[in-house]
Amino acid sequence: MTEQKLVGMNGDEAAAFAAKQVNPDVVAAYPITPQTIIVERFSEYVADGEVDTEFVAVESEHSALTTCVGAAAAGARAFTATAANGLALMWEITYIASGMRLPIVMTVVNRALSGPLNIHSDHGDSMGVRDSGWIQIYCENSQEVYDASLEAWKIGEHADVLLPVMICLDGFTLSHTMENVMVLPDDAVKEYVGEREFITVEGHMGETELRLNPEVPLSMGPVDLQDYYFEHKVQQVKAMEHALKVIPEVDAEYEKMTGRHYGFMNPYRMDDAEVALIGLGSTMGTVRFVIDQLREEGVKAGMISLRIYRPFPVETLLEYLADVPVVGVLDKAVSFGAPGGPLYEDVKTTFYDQEKKPLIANYVHGLGGRDASPKLLKGIYEDLLKIRKKGEVTTMVNYTGVRE
Amino acid sequence: MSESKPGWRELPKGAVSTKSSKDYMTGDWGIEKPDFDRDRCTKCMLCHFYCPEGAIHVREDGYTDVDLKHCKGCGVCAEECPVKCITMVRKK
Repeated sequence: MTEQKLVGMNGDEAAAFAAKQVNPDVVAAYPITPQTIIVERFSEYVADGEVDTEFVAVESEHSALTTCVGAAAAGARAFTATAANGLALMWEITYIASGMRLPIVMTVVNRALSGPLNIHSDHGDSMGVRDSGWIQIYCENSQEVYDASLEAWKIGEHADVLLPVMICLDGFTLSHTMENVMVLPDDAVKEYVGEREFITVEGHMGETELRLNPEVPLSMGPVDLQDYYFEHKVQQVKAMEHALKVIPEVDAEYEKMTGRHYGFMNPYRMDDAEVALIGLGSTMGTVRFVIDQLREEGVKAGMISLRIYRPFPVETLLEYLADVPVVGVLDKAVSFGAPGGPLYEDVKTTFYDQEKKPLIANYVHGLGGRDASPKLLKGIYEDLLKIRKKGEVTTMVNYTGVRE
Repeated sequence: MSESKPGWRELPKGAVSTKSSKDYMTGDWGIEKPDFDRDRCTKCMLCHFYCPEGAIHVREDGYTDVDLKHCKGCGVCAEECPVKCITMVRKK
């Protein structure tokens, strides 16, 4: 194992520090709360000569991601970071990045979307782009942010994947809160991420690497009509499936170096769990605390902290949850007019065809940064116990922690 | 759509073009084509530069000519010709 150093960093600093160690060729970014610390820190690294990065201070997030698309197409490692409305402004380009199979890495510091204006955390922003063809990793703490920010390059750039990767962390709860983070030495990171490699494609001028090169020109992502678009989209579907194979491999290699591994999801006290919660991000840290209390009271409570949301790890989820009598799905986003929250719909779809399945209820919480307190989470477990006793779910979707 | 096309397994990733733009015969899109009156042509070559498809080339003798395999019949050449020696005529 590689010797590591314990440092105090908030989530944004952990993302910026990891980016510094990766030393990407191009960073194009625009400040937006609560992501600003990332680009501020990174621009300091640039000013201090600690990285070789070309830092492009763009005029909008649309331009930030567009710059990354151009840079990545030319063969660069490109990184950016954003939040909420910044991500919304990038929406058009998120599809272009994935459609052109460009392994850009972007940190999204989750923040509620306007309007009304709110700067605090929920997952409405990243859930809004969940269908854009990006791999999405959700982090429970700053350590996970640091680790995901290194693994992301290895996952996205893998020849069988070639997809952009979004690392999501909760605004303020993680982004502005100092935590202990174990970090690797610079040279270990450099060796781990290595150099970006390219696959060979047959372009109109013959065989060449999949990057723009004036010697062997390529047209990337030009007009693609009824006769080809569908095929290219299915290629992206397959790339997501491949990512499910690649992520554990990348994770295993990372574990050898750091002793830390994550997989698709982190189960906690699930072995004999009778009531369990599944959710994304920092809320799950509080859920751990609540589970320990409930266990002392004799309640067989457990949880799944889901890390990889896209691609959705169906098989692993079935393994963990099929034998649990009652499962509550925590959504920190609302899908207006939908049968339930986005994670709830995915979990329910996962179990529809299964003979053995839990009773599943949805708990939408924490919108606009509303606190997910231990008391609130305990209340959800009490609700799950009631469902267990009754043997049926009476309210499918609950808005928990809202005033009536 | 009658020709056989490669499936997703076969196609290169990244939605790169497998054919050059020269291989796309856009000439069959058009209804009209330019007709040059070389008695009045001053060999200024503006039609060559203005053609959005690069379908107008300059001949050895300095006059311009059109590549009907790629000309979409847009009429930009006729519009821009300073001596109006290009007339758009119906393709046969």
